[in-house]
Formats: sequence, C-alpha cells, structure tokens
Amino acid sequence: MENILTIKGLAKSFTLHHLNRKIKAIEHINLSVKEGEFIGITGKSGSGKSTILRCIYRTYLPVQGEIWYRSKKFGLIDLAAATEREMVYLRKHEIGYVSQFLNVMPRTTARELVQQSIIEMGDSEEFAVKETGKILKHFELDSELWDSYPSTFSGGEKLRLNIATAMVKRPRLLLLDEPTASLDDASKQKVKVLIEQLMKEGTTMIGIFHDLEFMKDLCHQEYNIQQGESLVMTNS
Amino acid sequence: MNKFEYPVLSIRNLNKQFGPGCNHCQNQKESTLIKNYCPVCGTVYACQDISFDLYPGEILGIVGESGSGKSTLMRCLYFDQEVTSGEAILSTYEHGERNLFQESPQRKRYIRNHLMGKVYQNPLLGLKMDFTSIGNIAEKLISAGSRSVEEMEARGRELLEYVNIPAFRMKEAPKNFSGGMQQRVQIAKALSNRPPILLLDEVTTGLDLSVQASVLDLIKYLQREMNISMVVVSHDLGVIRMLADRSMVMLDGKVIEQGLTDQILEDPQSPYTQQLVHSLL
Repeated sequence: MENILTIKGLAKSFTLHHLNRKIKAIEHINLSVKEGEFIGITGKSGSGKSTILRCIYRTYLPVQGEIWYRSKKFGLIDLAAATEREMVYLRKHEIGYVSQFLNVMPRTTARELVQQSIIEMGDSEEFAVKETGKILKHFELDSELWDSYPSTFSGGEKLRLNIATAMVKRPRLLLLDEPTASLDDASKQKVKVLIEQLMKEGTTMIGIFHDLEFMKDLCHQEYNIQQGESLVMTNS
Repeated sequence: MNKFEYPVLSIRNLNKQFGPGCNHCQNQKESTLIKNYCPVCGTVYACQDISFDLYPGEILGIVGESGSGKSTLMRCLYFDQEVTSGEAILSTYEHGERNLFQESPQRKRYIRNHLMGKVYQNPLLGLKMDFTSIGNIAEKLISAGSRSVEEMEARGRELLEYVNIPAFRMKEAPKNFSGGMQQRVQIAKALSNRPPILLLDEVTTGLDLSVQASVLDLIKYLQREMNISMVVVSHDLGVIRMLADRSMVMLDGKVIEQGLTDQILEDPQSPYTQQLVHSLL
C-alpha cells in the first residue's frame, strides 16, 4: 500500500505578540500513514496531539516541515505549502475533520446542515436527502430533532450530528480530534460502527481519543507523543 | 503546479490616496506615515498596494477596524471612487484582457450595470427610498438594457419573493420598511442583472440578530444556488466565520494577513489580528 500521508520534520510554535513570547507546541514530528490505515495518537493533554491534526487540516500554519498528502485531484501535495484555494477544495472533497465542537450557521436545521455538506461536494439534492435520512437514523437522532436547530441540542446530540456531517461526506482522509470525549457508551458504540464501516470503504483515519480502550480496538497503529517531540510507535 | 481553477476577479496593486502626496510621504511611506496619514501634507493613503483573487462561487471575507480602508476598497471596486493606481481584471469582461480601472466612464457604467452588484451598509446609498421596491429593481434592469415592463415586473416579483418580501408590499417604497427588509430589497436589486460578482459592504451591521441571521441565510443560499462570487466586508468576525472560506485582514490601508478563515481565527499571525481575535466575544 502506498502512503497517503507522509509528515516530515513538522514543527509548530505560536508567537504571542502581546506577551512577547513564543510557545513551542510540537517539533520533529515524522509520521507516515498508509492508505486505509487507522492511526491513533496518544499522549498527555497539552502534548500537542491536536496540533498535529490541525496542522494537517491547516487550521494551524506549520512553521517548519512538510506534510505530503496524496490527493485524488492534485496528486502529491504538501499541505503545509498548498494554496488556500487548494485547501478549500481538499476540505470540501477529500479531507474531513471532526472535533468536539459544532460550528453551524444560525437557523440551519440539522437536516439542512447534513444535506448541504453533501450538496457542497457536488451530489444531487435527491441523493443528499436520502443519505441524510440514512445517517441521522443511524445515529439515532430523534426524528423530531431533524428539523430543529442544533444550537438547542444536548451535548451528545450535537456531537453525533457533528460526526454525522463529517462522515456523510466519506472523505478519503478523516481527522478525528477526540470526537467521542463526552459521549456515553451507547453513542460511542455507534461512532465505532461507523468508523468500522468507513474503514471497510477505505477511508484513512488519524484519531485522538480520550478512551484508550475504544481506540485500541480500532486502530492499526498507535503512536505516543512525548511533550511535543517525536512520535513513538507503541504497538501494532 | 498547474492551476486548477481561474479567478473571476483579479486585483493587483490597488492604491487609493486622498490628497496629492508630497516628497516626505511618497519616498519612504513606511516610516513617515502615522497609520495611513502623512503628517506633512495631510494625504491619507486609504488603500495601499492591495492584491487579491476572487474565485468562482467563492465568498472572500475582508475584516478590519473602522478606517482600515475596507469600504474605500469596495467603493473602488464598484467605481464609486477612482483608484490612484492599480489593475482589475474581470474574466467575463473582454476575455479578461482589459484593466477595468482604465476603461471609459461609459464602459465602467456598463460593467456596473451588467457584471456587478453591490449592497451598501446604508440602504440610502443603494436604494431610491421614495420609489416602490419593484421600481427600484426595474431601475437597475433598465440600466442593464431591459425595456419590457412585463418582463421587468416578473423579474422584480421573482426576486422580491426570493428575498422574502411579501407580494402585497412590493409596490411600497423602501422608506416604509424595516432595516432588514430594506437590506433584502437592496440585495434583490443587486441581483437583478444576474451579476457574476456581488460586493457586500457591512450588510448586516446594525441589524438585530434574527434579521442578521435571515440576511446571512440569504447570502449563503445565493452562493449555493446561483454560484455567485462575493466579497464580503465586515468588522464582525462571527459573520465572516459563517460565510467566508478565505479572508483578508486590513489595517491602516494594507492587507496585513490573509488565509483560511478558521486559520486566521485559530492561529492569527500578526499582532493586530491576534488582538482582534482575542477581542471576540
């Protein structure tokens, strides 16, 4: 299998101008991910796990290093240096990101939210309607909630909707930033089923999970990050 | 790498100054200006060397404090003001081979009427308050060359419906409307000639939250359904975050930062942007 992602010497620091300080987040990160693999990253809180994912998604601008991603559209592309428009395209069509937080347009219903993300990818409205029904049902989001606004949802409902929105796009590379952190066991189980299904379909995933048991069950490869520096493979 | 898409609008090195400039400020701008103001001759450098591209179906956000040059930039783009220097290329105009800023006033009027729409923060600037709402739309259609009353009325009706102005109020003048309704009539007017580019200058400023949400809804809907490219200026980071994939930050007439909107909000680079983001509620 070919590598879909190869990270070389990635470093990220933050310059806080008002404090006149520079904060180091990660350094010397190397990682390669094969197509279809599920990689788990563990480490203490504050060790820089999320920073790695955010650098890949370009929510953070890396200060050093390369992130080579094998894109369907662009071929081999360095995400650390890609243009913004290339990133916009990749985010819409190839790379997904799920966190604990839901960010929605005001007055957009749950159903619209999921449908729009499918339509954005270029699928027909008919298809979007069908897929939306399927995934919302899968996550057992009460059908009474489908046409209400997500800002009124409970934490767990928001989270499930968030994951549903990202997963329905069937991205080639999915970044999971503790998406299950505040879910109960039943909901976690549902996320797990979906992750397994995506794995079967060939989606590559990199995940950070609070729940180590949950992660160990799923991932092919586990890395531990030590105080922002270098990833160590812990098992396989 | 080969380009995978081409911009609809390209702006290169746009400059706009108010005042003649003098030896003091023209030679070494950086060091001698106080913000964007020359203390010797009183010239204001409102836009300095601004370049950007706007891609099909994209919403580009521009944020910055009052006086940073956002609105001046928008006025220059819509020819409300002459630029001091710079280049604007529109891919749908003359095969993208002409600098719009150097066209004759007549050609500029043509471009405004056929290829662009603008929505102002102040509806007074975009609408004739005493005309009927549908008359306002007809006005833009007439300047775009339409002559059939029937067609214009049908188009006006369709557009006002589109922006949720009830049919029984179409013949009323915007001065009778609430701020949000006026803004929606303005948007309908700007859309009437089916422009590939829409310029939105602080369109939700001063509207209450629920009305703001309905205008934002409408803008998103326009992008999705009509694939219009838009430049959205706002000092409200929340609005920009909702709408724009990419954004630019302006300060003292210059673009000091540009990037993916979430990157600007989560990982701002310049001191000013950091301050701005940290001021976010």
